[in-house]
Amino acid sequence: MKDRYKFLIVLGIFAIAYFIPIESIKVQKAILESFYMLQDYAQKHVLLCLIPAFFIAGAISVFVSQASVMKYLGPLANRFLSYSVASISGTILAVCSCTVLPLFAGIYRMGAGIGPATAFLYSGPAINVLAIALSAKVLGWQIGLARAIGSIAFAYIIGLLMSFIFRNDDMEKKKVQMVMPFDEPVLKLWQQVVYMASMIGILVFANWAKPQIEEGVWIFIYNIKWYLTGFFALIFTYTYIKWLKARWFIVLIGALAVIILAIYPGYPQLSFSVGIVFLIYSGKISSDMTKTWIESTWSFTLMILPLLFGGVLVAGFLLGMPGMNNGIIPNEWVARLVGGNSLWANIFASVIGALMYFATLTEVPIVQGLIGSGMGKGPALALLLAGPALSLPNMIVIRTILGTKKAFVFFSIVIILSTIAGMVFGWITS
Amino acid sequence: MKIQILGTGCPKCIKLTENAEQAAREKGVEFEIEKVSDINKIMELGVMFTPGLAIDGQVKSVGKVLSVEEIKKML
Repeated sequence: MKDRYKFLIVLGIFAIAYFIPIESIKVQKAILESFYMLQDYAQKHVLLCLIPAFFIAGAISVFVSQASVMKYLGPLANRFLSYSVASISGTILAVCSCTVLPLFAGIYRMGAGIGPATAFLYSGPAINVLAIALSAKVLGWQIGLARAIGSIAFAYIIGLLMSFIFRNDDMEKKKVQMVMPFDEPVLKLWQQVVYMASMIGILVFANWAKPQIEEGVWIFIYNIKWYLTGFFALIFTYTYIKWLKARWFIVLIGALAVIILAIYPGYPQLSFSVGIVFLIYSGKISSDMTKTWIESTWSFTLMILPLLFGGVLVAGFLLGMPGMNNGIIPNEWVARLVGGNSLWANIFASVIGALMYFATLTEVPIVQGLIGSGMGKGPALALLLAGPALSLPNMIVIRTILGTKKAFVFFSIVIILSTIAGMVFGWITS
Repeated sequence: MKIQILGTGCPKCIKLTENAEQAAREKGVEFEIEKVSDINKIMELGVMFTPGLAIDGQVKSVGKVLSVEEIKKML
């Protein structure tokens, strides 16, 4: 970070501290509210949802070969395949926005061209495993699912539109060879799949929410969710020892401790915490593979968690806990601007989402706060679809890569499509 | 010797810069470090997985935070 930005931040914090009317009841309530919201996240979402998701993200970045994905996005790749891979590869490639832009530029300049590149740029930030896990957990699985599916479908449409509009694009392709990561993947493809699936199973079932209607298959899954979680944990433990060469002795002690704690006193969060401690410890002292995995998990955690907690505090302060009217911004304002499912509300949400910068995952507490203050479901989805892909700072970088005209067309398509999706979703759910 | 760190300024790039500096200093070679953060210049070197490390214009590693030991071997 440049010193002048640091100075601006320091100045901003000073100005807030100097001028904040701390004696006002409204401000006091809002400050308290922001800590309620932080506690809510700490209690409900961190241990069972975020931490496993960090481990999965870490595993993806260490064990899944990025070069194998780029094979499908090279200059000679099959077109249908390249669009499909571009639209879903965000789950594997992109966890923070600083990796998205270079990949986007690379696909555009050295690889499959503007269509797949914009498809990737759009879907990348929205469908990474962290974003989906947290949106589904906090905002409900409908929005989580709609977000994942919407992002992939839109990526296709946006990519195809861009390549159609600029079909006569005469930009000469750089004759540069892409430099690929040199190392061989340590796990075979099917091993990667089993390993990831075991962790995703743990993540999904540990967070299985109690359904509102107490009958049918959902409640049945809910009643046995800890057995299912345990089943996936067993697969995970086996593969962790067998393929990643974790020290079996320590892993077994850990597994035993988790099982005993699960039987008595039976607090899932306690078992989970103990399991994680053993996982980190055994990872640290076992093989090189486990060590790099733990390290990359740690670097994600360090990068994302402070920003997320900051985002939660800000959202709590401005908007208050869902269902209360204690934030600084009155609920009526939110309801007036983005309430209901009007065309105007959806456009407004899309444009704001496109301009605002959301650090990875902070869009979730902000949208949660907005929904709690009266934002409609449609505009919420519109904001989630337009938000993470675009922000004012990254628009500037995108412009330097694509040029003004193409960049502007791209921004417009994103905003228009998000608005339409918001309208449709709002109409379906109401 | 010219060491270039290719990256748009994420925490990983900063870590790689630190490691490269330490490696070069421990090795005792004369060096200058340049941080390349302009995305178009990074592309010209063919790098799309950041952070990347180039020595005398030659890309040595991409998408990875190398340890001090690993960089020493490359110098």
